[in-house]
Amino acid sequence: MSQRYRVLVRPKAGILDPQGQAVERALPALGFKGVENVHVGRLIELDVADAAHLPDMCQKLLVNPLIEDYEILEAEPHPAS
Amino acid sequence: MSAPEAMTAAPPPHRALGLTDAEYELIVGKLGREPNAVELSMFSLMWSEHCAYKHSKKLLGQLPTEGPYLLLGPGENAGAVDVGDGLAIAFKVESHNHPSAVEPFQGAATGVGGILRDVFAVGARPIAVLDSLRFGELDSARSRYLLEHAVGGIGHYGNSIGVPTIGGELYFEGPYEQNCLVNAMALGIAEHDRLIRSAAAGPGNVLILFGALTGRDGIGGASVLASAELGDADADKRPTVQIGDPFAEKKLMECSLELLDRELLVSLQDLGAAGLTSSSSEMASKGGLGLDIHVDRVPLREPGMEPFEIMVSESQERMLCVVEPARVDDVLAVCAKWETTATAIGEVTDSGRLRVLSGGDVVGDMPVEALVDDCPLYDLAPEKPSAPIYPAPRRTLDTDDPAAILPALLRSANIADRRPVFEQYDCVVQSRTVRRPDDADAAVLLLPESAGERPAIAISIDGSGRRVACDPYRGTVEAVLECAANLACVGAEPLGLTNCLNFGNPEKPHIAWQLSESVRGMADACRALDVPVVGGNVSLYNEGPEGPIYPTPVVGMVGRLPEAARAGRLGFAQEGDAIAFAGPFKPSLPGSELAKLRGEPLPDGLPEVDVAAVRKTQETVRDAVRRGELGSAHDVAEGGLAVALAECCIGGGHGAQVDFRGADGERLREVLFGEGAGGFVVSGPRPALAALAREIQLTFVGVVGAAEGALELSLDGDATLAWPLAELRAARARGLADALDG
Amino acid sequence: MKFGVLRFPGTCDEVDAQLACERVGEAVILWHGDRDLQGVDAVVVPGGFSYGDYLRVGAIARFAPIMESVVEYAHAGGIVLGICNGFQVLCEAGLLPGALLPNTSLRFVCRQVDLVVERAGTRFTNTCAEGERLSIPAKHTTGCWYAPPALHERVEANGQVLLRYAPGENFNGSLADVAGVCNEAGNVFGLMPHPEHAVDPLTGSVDGLKLFQSIANHVGAHVGA
Repeated sequence: MSQRYRVLVRPKAGILDPQGQAVERALPALGFKGVENVHVGRLIELDVADAAHLPDMCQKLLVNPLIEDYEILEAEPHPAS
Repeated sequence: MSAPEAMTAAPPPHRALGLTDAEYELIVGKLGREPNAVELSMFSLMWSEHCAYKHSKKLLGQLPTEGPYLLLGPGENAGAVDVGDGLAIAFKVESHNHPSAVEPFQGAATGVGGILRDVFAVGARPIAVLDSLRFGELDSARSRYLLEHAVGGIGHYGNSIGVPTIGGELYFEGPYEQNCLVNAMALGIAEHDRLIRSAAAGPGNVLILFGALTGRDGIGGASVLASAELGDADADKRPTVQIGDPFAEKKLMECSLELLDRELLVSLQDLGAAGLTSSSSEMASKGGLGLDIHVDRVPLREPGMEPFEIMVSESQERMLCVVEPARVDDVLAVCAKWETTATAIGEVTDSGRLRVLSGGDVVGDMPVEALVDDCPLYDLAPEKPSAPIYPAPRRTLDTDDPAAILPALLRSANIADRRPVFEQYDCVVQSRTVRRPDDADAAVLLLPESAGERPAIAISIDGSGRRVACDPYRGTVEAVLECAANLACVGAEPLGLTNCLNFGNPEKPHIAWQLSESVRGMADACRALDVPVVGGNVSLYNEGPEGPIYPTPVVGMVGRLPEAARAGRLGFAQEGDAIAFAGPFKPSLPGSELAKLRGEPLPDGLPEVDVAAVRKTQETVRDAVRRGELGSAHDVAEGGLAVALAECCIGGGHGAQVDFRGADGERLREVLFGEGAGGFVVSGPRPALAALAREIQLTFVGVVGAAEGALELSLDGDATLAWPLAELRAARARGLADALDG
Repeated sequence: MKFGVLRFPGTCDEVDAQLACERVGEAVILWHGDRDLQGVDAVVVPGGFSYGDYLRVGAIARFAPIMESVVEYAHAGGIVLGICNGFQVLCEAGLLPGALLPNTSLRFVCRQVDLVVERAGTRFTNTCAEGERLSIPAKHTTGCWYAPPALHERVEANGQVLLRYAPGENFNGSLADVAGVCNEAGNVFGLMPHPEHAVDPLTGSVDGLKLFQSIANHVGAHVGA
């Protein structure tokens, strides 16, 4: 029985994040004030039969542990399933 | 099999699909009945302006299409010219204007993708891309947005697929604000006997679709035919924007080239505008045959697509090929190796009809000729406008002092350093690039070594908008001459030309006049230079509530030079070289960049050009470059002589002393900044330049100065104008950089 | 001297790398799906956009069958040169220290840059003098070399930095201007600029040829080793 998960990947704290900085600069230019600490990462959604394999999948492929952190969350089933 | 069902709906949607009532009646006549949804959607695409050229085809017949080096002329996926040693260069330019105005990144990216496919569809490996871009003025946020994203899209696609972007042009004018222009040109190399045509051949042969899956991209207007009611909630089911995937195209390209290399294909065609409909009908038409297409065999990206959607989908990165039954397995194996989906979706027949089948039912059945050849062609009703069409440009320059005018011109958007743009493009991949952007007036790429020599090709893309608006005939002649002049400056002889005609609505008499005069000018200029047109593209209806774009013919030329080591450069080479102005150049201010900065209205007409004298000058400069006699050669264009001199100084890192005595006041401004065809700034050893003066008009004007010095102009009465190189370089560097970073 | 140049789906500069290698020896293309390194004396992992740069640059290529052989080969002391995307793949594969992040400008930049030889006399720089300037084109979007502080310290202390961007030339934000770095054992080297595009006087500088010649020199002097 498959269960859907989402893996949120973000740059490790302290790593230069030019994408986050670009977004942080662009928002005030559009009139949005008081926005800080913007970081831009990646979302991976997948249906897995055995959730126990997820951390391993992250370590081996989905994430580069040298420069990224991640968290695993449960997600709503995929519309097609 | 059941016969196709006639449509029974009340008000026919043919008008929503862009067909006139008269065109609809013609279709009914050719089918012998009313068309059904599949057939109507296919006719509406094949009979659209974009596919049928119904307002331009008669005009285009004027263009010369024969030449001693011509191998493939108009009508194939790309044209091709002979470059010696059994090699051919295939090339073409195409527009992607409307999609780029909607989504500039993907619009420009898929424009590059489409033109690359046209090149490898004739069997040539793509070796270069150039792009011609026009947007509204830089002070408009929208124009800056379009610029940034179009450049990003071109870079993303070209860089990812490993084809260098080696040249281009970029202009900013008010009339392009709502209708930007993105014209992409590509070149490829092939051995003569490997050039493949797209005509379907051999009844009984198999039609294979390979590449990406088919989705609902680009269906847009045809969705009015959907049998299901599609409400607002379903808007996301009908993306009008095509999304390009350069990785998919890279695999598709390598796959196609390997299939051709192994001689596994009878014919090849890429899928572009109007998707399967245009590709299949054109293949059948060129072969004088028919095709049966089974839409239920087409691999889909989305479930539940209707037959008409499958036939009109513009999903990117797909090709069609015709294969003998015995080779089908080999073809599928090559595709599998390149991770490219491939499916047999039909057969070549001798019926002369294009039949669309789904699950055993015939859902569309049309004569091929009706689709491809029988679209009515319209005569234009040209009328010269009695009043100006375009508003005068907005005044941005308040000084008449030449000392301030030169830096202002160098900083202006149409002249400033394009480095912030071209550095976003890989210009070195494939190891052929001899002259990179900014090194010379044309790009230069190595050809394979030949008998101890290193021959090369030169390429330039040049268009004109504002000056064609002043004078569609003479402005277009100037654009063709400028392109050839750029090739001459690197030592290349033009072999062929591709063109993209970007105009407003041709059903309006003044636009029809612009188009007719421009094509007449292009035909005359091509004949005068003996350069044939190998193919091209037309983009019409570029206008909005604010008015039409400037009439903008864009010309891409390919030439050959015998020895790459002697390819010309634009920068002054060494201190002490003599500087001369060559050619029958008559500087004139109306219609120039300075006139634009001053906010002057467009003049009605441009001065006449002595085309024969310009041609003679180009050939003489070209031959001198080939003999290695010149230190530098640079065509005079926007901003006139002063800007050209500044560019030669900055490019070479040398100052110069130049004599401009004999004029003052407005006449001095005219001589310094006036524009027109046929002017060159050349430098080199004095005796070499003196020899040129025996054949062409040439005036010695100065000497190349010390490195990192200044550009000094001597004027009447011991007066001088001088600018340190650093100041000129800084002014030139700011123009675009400020806009892109802001 | 035989070089093996890898080709993944999406690789762009492999033919250029092969042409450069052929100026100092022989070169064959090694397909990503094969495992056979064909007895080459050095492996080159070239530039491009392997697997479309999907997920992360180099993240998928590192798992290709050919890369399993390359990892073994590297652990056994074989010479491996990674260029641009190749550098990214080798970092993902754990054969080189650090990682490549997006350029600080977030834009692709193609520019001829001056590099300074930080350490001469290695397998990859025995044709160069310390402090020598090399003019080589760089062209990438994701070339900002990064290592966490402790790792960076070790890399510097071990003399693993072989090339740095000359002052004012570092356009991607690389830490300590690092342009090229090797592993502890010194047999694997990665750099973001493209030496294969600096080997022909007709198309630019020839400084890049020095790196290929260096590898050939090393292999020539250690035949049978």
